[in-house]
Amino acid sequence: MIRFIDVHKSYRVDGRDVPALQPFSLEIADGDVFGIIGHSGAGKSTLLRMINLLERPSGGRVEIDGTDMTALDESALRAQRRRIGMIFQHFNLLATQTVAENVAFPMRLAGVRDASAIRTRVDQLLARVGLSEHAGKYPSQLSGGQKQRVGIARALANQPSILLCDEATSALDPQTTASVLELLAEINRELKLTVVLITHEMDVVRRICDRVAVLDAGRIVEQGAVADVFLHPQHPTTRRFVGEALPEETVSAPLPGVRLGGRILRLSFRGESTWTPVLSRVMRETGVDFNLLAGRIDRIKDLPYGQLTLAMEGAGVDTALAALRAGGIEIEEITPGRSASIEDRA
Amino acid sequence: MIAASPLHSLFPNIDDWGELGQACIDTLLMLAGSLSLTVLIGLPLGVLLYLTGKGQLRAMPALYGLTALLVNILRSIPFIILMIVLMPLTYVLVGTKLGIRGAIPPLVIGAAPFFARLVETALREVQAGVIEASQSMGASTWQIVWHVLLPEARAGIVAGITVTAIALVGYTAMGGAIGAGGLGDLAYRYGYLSYKSDYMVVTVVLLVLLVQALQMIGDRLVVRLARR
Ligand SMILES: Nc1ncnc2c1ncn2[C@@H]1O[C@H](COP(=O)(O)OP(=O)(O)OP(=O)(O)O)[C@@H](O)[C@H]1O
Ligand SMILES: [Mg+2]
Repeated sequence: MIRFIDVHKSYRVDGRDVPALQPFSLEIADGDVFGIIGHSGAGKSTLLRMINLLERPSGGRVEIDGTDMTALDESALRAQRRRIGMIFQHFNLLATQTVAENVAFPMRLAGVRDASAIRTRVDQLLARVGLSEHAGKYPSQLSGGQKQRVGIARALANQPSILLCDEATSALDPQTTASVLELLAEINRELKLTVVLITHEMDVVRRICDRVAVLDAGRIVEQGAVADVFLHPQHPTTRRFVGEALPEETVSAPLPGVRLGGRILRLSFRGESTWTPVLSRVMRETGVDFNLLAGRIDRIKDLPYGQLTLAMEGAGVDTALAALRAGGIEIEEITPGRSASIEDRA
Repeated sequence: MIAASPLHSLFPNIDDWGELGQACIDTLLMLAGSLSLTVLIGLPLGVLLYLTGKGQLRAMPALYGLTALLVNILRSIPFIILMIVLMPLTYVLVGTKLGIRGAIPPLVIGAAPFFARLVETALREVQAGVIEASQSMGASTWQIVWHVLLPEARAGIVAGITVTAIALVGYTAMGGAIGAGGLGDLAYRYGYLSYKSDYMVVTVVLLVLLVQALQMIGDRLVVRLARR
């Protein structure tokens, strides 16, 4: 468990303290894939780097499994850091060392002398990230995706319990991003390690995170389970991020000349209810007519979900909505111009 | 017998080629001795400058300022003056002010600060991200220097050694004028003071060849070490 307790951080710039993160507390549970999303300069890297104390908090405590990281002396801190792997946007591999030597590096730093043990572990790690044939190459001979795989293998070398990812896929194309994310998810599943990743793409969060915190100008403005945050974003910044991942909200600004009749509603289905024909049954029974304005069916990590924006007309709308809710569907009413939640979260 | 050789007709004033050969050897010995000591002293000094610099791993403004001042003072004194000023110290260190041994202390004291700056510059070329990654793996400062900074900067450091070696060739030639021996000494005594211009030509050619050879070896090594 990673806990931030009343942590804040300022940087000293030209003799003045410039706040980067306002006081906050945050808990990251073991085995979670925890996403931190925010715009450039929001403080994501600062937050992440306080976990392994690459950045020292200006106040408050950072605890890992009950150990106060800020209270450790230098050598104890180095020992703790060996239990925390980290990967970077620009990979940060040693250019003069081969792939195998890069992966062996953390073990050598940790004082492992047994060359054959190191070799066995390196082979095993390279096999896991799918780079066995590239052991003897130098980083400059690899593609970006391959370099990040080396970074991942290196981060796993000392069998850490936490993996920190600082924009690990931001320098990669979409297809490579997908494969690296898949690898991270697999590692999280199989090795049961906690993954904390920062990104500015909601899609990265949607694909592999369990929980997410949204950072805006040094503040955590929203956090929770990804499905909740994704389907019902509250803060404007979160909405913008979700909007980038789901470009559908033309409804809130109707086309000129188009008059939408009835009430505009957003229906969210998750898990089971995605695959049951609740909507058509309720519409048939209540005689409500609807127009489909926008929609999407996809997955949030392993959870199937659907989100439909409809305009409903007819006397039975309220009855229909009640029946839909009873069928496990979450409903928000959107008034043109802005969207508002008309119900408590289920 | 030498008189009959074609060399003699080309360089009529050079009647002792053995002396010239010995001068070559002396120059090479001075170069080898001073270069190895320069690297031995300049490398740690360069690492110190790098580590204690602003915003670096072991930033210590006072120590950095002091070291940098010392380095700059030594670098700004022209070598020939440094050599004369250092003569008493030289005598204490090696028991003579003359010859190869007498030349080495001023050569090293003149070149080490210069080389240290080149090392500092080469180390600064190492990406901050790589250092940060090593810190995140729990590396100590010493491990970062030994396993990250020096290997990653090795091409730059070798380039610095090349530049320093070439500067040292120049210094040894200057040192020749005040009793260090070697090619500079011959050029000065025979070529300049005795107007035997063929001595001048031959020593200049030999020095040019030496510098060329050093540059070539250095460049090759840099290419091999860069491995990118
Ligand atoms: N070493 C530093 N010295 C001074 N200010 C800093 C330092 N590092 C970060 N900052 C400032 O702190 C704020 C947060 O920076 P941080 O790097 O955490 O942002 P980020 O969310 O990771 O941004 P990005 O997406 O661009 O990486 C920024 O305003 C930045 O300018
Ligand atoms: Mg960042």
